[in-house]
Amino acid sequence: MPRKRFDLTFPPNRATKPITYHLVKDYDLTPNILRAQIQPGQEGRMLLEITGPRESFDAGVAFLEAEGITVQPAATDIKLHEDACVLCGLCTAVCRPAALMMDAETGALLFDKEKCVYCEACVVACPRRAVTLSF
Amino acid sequence: MAKTWDEINARIASGEAVVMTAEEFGSLAADEGLKAAARKVDVVTTGTFGPMCSSGVVLNFGHSDPPIRMGQITLNDVDAYGGLAAVDTYLGVTQPSRTKGIEYGGAHVIEDLLRGRAVRLRAWSAGTDCYPRTEIDTWVTIDDLNQAYFFNPRNAYQNYAVAVNTSDRTIHTYLGTLLPHLGNATFCSAGALSPLLNDPTYRTIGVGSRIFVAGAPGYVAWEGTQHNPNQSRDEHGVPVGPAGTLAVIGDLKQASPEFFSAATFTGYGASAFMGIGVPIPVLDEDIAETLALTDADLTATIVDYGVARRSRPSLGHVTYAQLRSGEIEIDGKRVQTGPISSLSKARRIASELKTWITEQGFTLTQPLQLLPQPGSQSTKPLEIRAEEAN
Ligand code: SF4
Ligand code: SF4
Repeated sequence: MPRKRFDLTFPPNRATKPITYHLVKDYDLTPNILRAQIQPGQEGRMLLEITGPRESFDAGVAFLEAEGITVQPAATDIKLHEDACVLCGLCTAVCRPAALMMDAETGALLFDKEKCVYCEACVVACPRRAVTLSF
Repeated sequence: MAKTWDEINARIASGEAVVMTAEEFGSLAADEGLKAAARKVDVVTTGTFGPMCSSGVVLNFGHSDPPIRMGQITLNDVDAYGGLAAVDTYLGVTQPSRTKGIEYGGAHVIEDLLRGRAVRLRAWSAGTDCYPRTEIDTWVTIDDLNQAYFFNPRNAYQNYAVAVNTSDRTIHTYLGTLLPHLGNATFCSAGALSPLLNDPTYRTIGVGSRIFVAGAPGYVAWEGTQHNPNQSRDEHGVPVGPAGTLAVIGDLKQASPEFFSAATFTGYGASAFMGIGVPIPVLDEDIAETLALTDADLTATIVDYGVARRSRPSLGHVTYAQLRSGEIEIDGKRVQTGPISSLSKARRIASELKTWITEQGFTLTQPLQLLPQPGSQSTKPLEIRAEEAN
């Protein structure tokens, strides 16, 4: 069954329906919220992973767009540019799934790509701009 | 067993000096005892590589023909100070670009110069009889400059806070992104390798100490700004929060981009990672005792940056060993930690300095003047007054 990640942007001051509920019930899709930042009166962002039959994807996305949500494919690749990295470790403080970790003994940066949920937190936090996401 | 500065320098000159990094010295003292370690080792090297916002460079451009008295100056669109003599300037690392904002600041200009890249220099002036030119637009590289040296008002903070955030929103600070509800904790000291934690009462590090500044030989120029020897101290006399600081000078022309890196803290500003290393003579067992302290012995104070006030509440103390483990406990809650200061670069600096001493005859200088000692002064706040005080 195909699985895709979407980057959703919610316009401010827009009452949203319980979208995950509708994706499950009306479109037979299994949504998984990887990250969400939604506050009343502000533009919201959500990183949503959807698993389900291929036919339902387009209908599900059309439903989201009809709700006023901007749907974009989410990043699926992350790169660590070692020449720019200074091994400070600041990215490890914001990586919730512990994809980025500091080796306490050697001070090396350990990166386990498998654990990454492409949340972008490290991209924003890295003072050397040494992490980039791409599609 | 006391040794003198002269004895140690004579051993360095003859190539016999025993030099170790602060981490190696800690292990030796644990294995062989403090007395034996103090007898055996002559110099302990320290190092730190973290963001140090109070840093910048003094530059002299030389005179154009006809000459200009530069009043307003930009380098790659970043403003540099125009209040010095005609073609002198000071460029601070945190100054944002006029066009790119904090993504490219003074620090990035300095890194470009260090990497040998040409930088666009523009300057404006009202014009004077002796300096008739009113505008200049040209390119310079580090080799074109007459002088280029760091003059950093505050570096190498002796200990620092552990930053957390108890508020309900993510905040962006100079200590990184702090997640809400104690979502994470960041810390910014090299711990056992940190220069001033190894000489907590400033016995050997003072004005005139020869040190490592971003890969080049430099000096401690003065006490750093906000030098606060009156911080609370533990049983070893080591401060448990931000205390002493150093103002340093170092030659940008001899510095290396390996030990100076421009930085941007999202939502905060531009800054620079500075590499500073200080050699400390093992004069006696007293100094050996603090040189031997490890991350497990050194403590930092947890501070709530979710409270945007001068006095932020403290949430207890942790050791650097706990911080390095990747997780600490605050009020029974497990909190993920992340460093800001690079351990691996700090180690590189301490071992590079060791090479300077053992292979290149880098001798130590006794301070010409001591830094303000514990008990002598503390940092004053800035009060907001309604009118000029008489
Ligand atoms: S925050 Fe950036 S520079 Fe620091 S360790 Fe992570 S990737 Fe490297
Ligand atoms: S994007 Fe960065 S912070 Fe987010 S999970 Fe991946 S590595 Fe961790």
